[in-house]
Amino acid sequence: MKSAFDIRRVIGGLFTGYGLLLTAAGLAASDADLRKAQGVNVNLWAGLGMLAFGGLFLWLSRRPADPAPPGEGPGDGEG
Amino acid sequence: MRYSAESLRLPVNWLDYVILASYFAVVLGIGVAARRSVRTSLDFFLSGRSLPAWITGLAFVAANLGATEILGMAANGAQYGVYTVHWYWIGAIPAMVFLGLVMMPFYYGSRVGSVPEFLLRRFGPASHLLSSVIFAVSSVLIAGVNLYALALVLRALLGWPQGVAIVVAGLFVLAYITLGGLSSAIYNEVLQFFVILAALVPLTAVGLARVGGPGGLWDALSAERGEDFLSAWGGTGIGHANPLGANWLTIVLGLGFVMSFGYWTTNFAEVQRALSAKDLGAARRTPLIAAFPKLLVPLVVVVPGLIALVLEPSLGRAGGGLSYNDAIPVLMRDLLPNGMLGVAVTGLLAAFMAGMAANVSSFNTVFTSDIWRAYVRPGRPDAYYLATGRVVTALGVFAGMGTAFIASSFSNIMNYLQTLFSFFNVPLFAVFVIGMFWRRATTAAGFWGLLSGTAAAMVNYFWLYRRGVIGIPTDQGANFVSSIVAFAVAAVVMLVVSLVTEPRPAGALTGLVYGTAAAPVEGGTAWYRRPAPLGWGAVLLAALCYVPFSL
Repeated sequence: MKSAFDIRRVIGGLFTGYGLLLTAAGLAASDADLRKAQGVNVNLWAGLGMLAFGGLFLWLSRRPADPAPPGEGPGDGEG
Repeated sequence: MRYSAESLRLPVNWLDYVILASYFAVVLGIGVAARRSVRTSLDFFLSGRSLPAWITGLAFVAANLGATEILGMAANGAQYGVYTVHWYWIGAIPAMVFLGLVMMPFYYGSRVGSVPEFLLRRFGPASHLLSSVIFAVSSVLIAGVNLYALALVLRALLGWPQGVAIVVAGLFVLAYITLGGLSSAIYNEVLQFFVILAALVPLTAVGLARVGGPGGLWDALSAERGEDFLSAWGGTGIGHANPLGANWLTIVLGLGFVMSFGYWTTNFAEVQRALSAKDLGAARRTPLIAAFPKLLVPLVVVVPGLIALVLEPSLGRAGGGLSYNDAIPVLMRDLLPNGMLGVAVTGLLAAFMAGMAANVSSFNTVFTSDIWRAYVRPGRPDAYYLATGRVVTALGVFAGMGTAFIASSFSNIMNYLQTLFSFFNVPLFAVFVIGMFWRRATTAAGFWGLLSGTAAAMVNYFWLYRRGVIGIPTDQGANFVSSIVAFAVAAVVMLVVSLVTEPRPAGALTGLVYGTAAAPVEGGTAWYRRPAPLGWGAVLLAALCYVPFSL
């Protein structure tokens, strides 16, 4: 698998983006939004959670991708 | 699953659309990127057998976590209560572990490309062709269910007309599978899995906060629905009435054994994920890794169903305008602010596409390699089959659009799906498990077992149950009984036919029947990579999960 196509980077990137959007929405939350969820700022907390999650995956993707070459894997000596 | 656009409309705004659009841009990007790595038909159909276990494991559970599963199991939670956990802890985990520990060495070790191809090697062409055709028909029917459900949600949530929604969603799935083949579908499943969880976890947390925590939920439900509603086994004695319409025997045998083993071990949409793993160890770990998230799925699917029942007591009541299937959308509407709402809508739409993509990508593999390459146009160069695979994907999607309109004539999609499984997967499982463990099972036995089992399930459903010859209180109960009947008939027919026909020569069975293969190679040295501790750990955890709901 090529590194540009590393799924860890894709997951990390998508969630970092979502995290930024939601955190911003959470900071700008109106009173009506807050009342809807019992005073919990859903966007803010979910946004921060997604930022952490996305960051974790981006950090993981700095390590080399799985070493198996494309095509025929190492196999297990099976038939 | 019936939505009325008037009663349930989500207040989406531009922020939600930005989130939705960026997800689908990423999905198409994966398709384009994956295309560069697709050179041979093996790449297209089995991802070149190159994927690591954690990806195939998550894809395995994500292929099952389609939107019919999410909406349907939340609906079952609201309708039947805690009984719904049976679909997870007894109805999935044991079968997933059995697939990883016992069956995977035969599947992966024999290097077959599909589930029907295993039947070709074990029982010969007649069973192979029959099962391939059955499989192709059932996957198009199921793809149609997913597409129809997707269109319903698009219409109800976003206000798109149903016909437009079916066509747009179908074309989208078509684009990304045709571009990148199975890799694209599998990578998207992994991505979808995380987005779905990112939507369901906050939804459950906020919902619990609203009803006063787990304790508040428990008190509210037991006051209104009684203790049995919050128990896994209460009222399931034979002869007792309970909302599920099934007793402990049909739950254990029908759901826990034949239906669940049939679904998890022979449903190619699932097994294909394991076959695309990079080696046998990774293939065996695929369903085992998937078992752990599967254990926890009811926390974010069944619990929201229960919460919805407390917050919206009119759910499922006649005249309220909301069906049980609306449980999750109602919570989304009532609890989530714009932004998080967009993530939830994205997760739901992504889940429908994951289900649809799983059906279509397994359909094109079976049609191309098991029907077209094997019987219609054998011996062409590889590029020909790669091109055929792409054309067949398009045909599969268009056929799915057609069957989406068939599905629209059924009122409860989850029950319709389980009926299809009892027709198509259970007899296949009977033939598989007997073929894998009994050397004496003959070529003819495979074919007649499959045919008679499928016929028996249909007779039980359409004639004995629908015509009221035997009394079964619910559709679900009937599905459990159909499954037991199908399994028993297939097994007896195989036994009788085997005894009167010639066995296959021992040399033809090497590696296909238990006891004829070399001992399976372990996947790694660390204990947590070995299949047995992983598998038994999952079974133990499932048993422990039952404890708080059984006392």
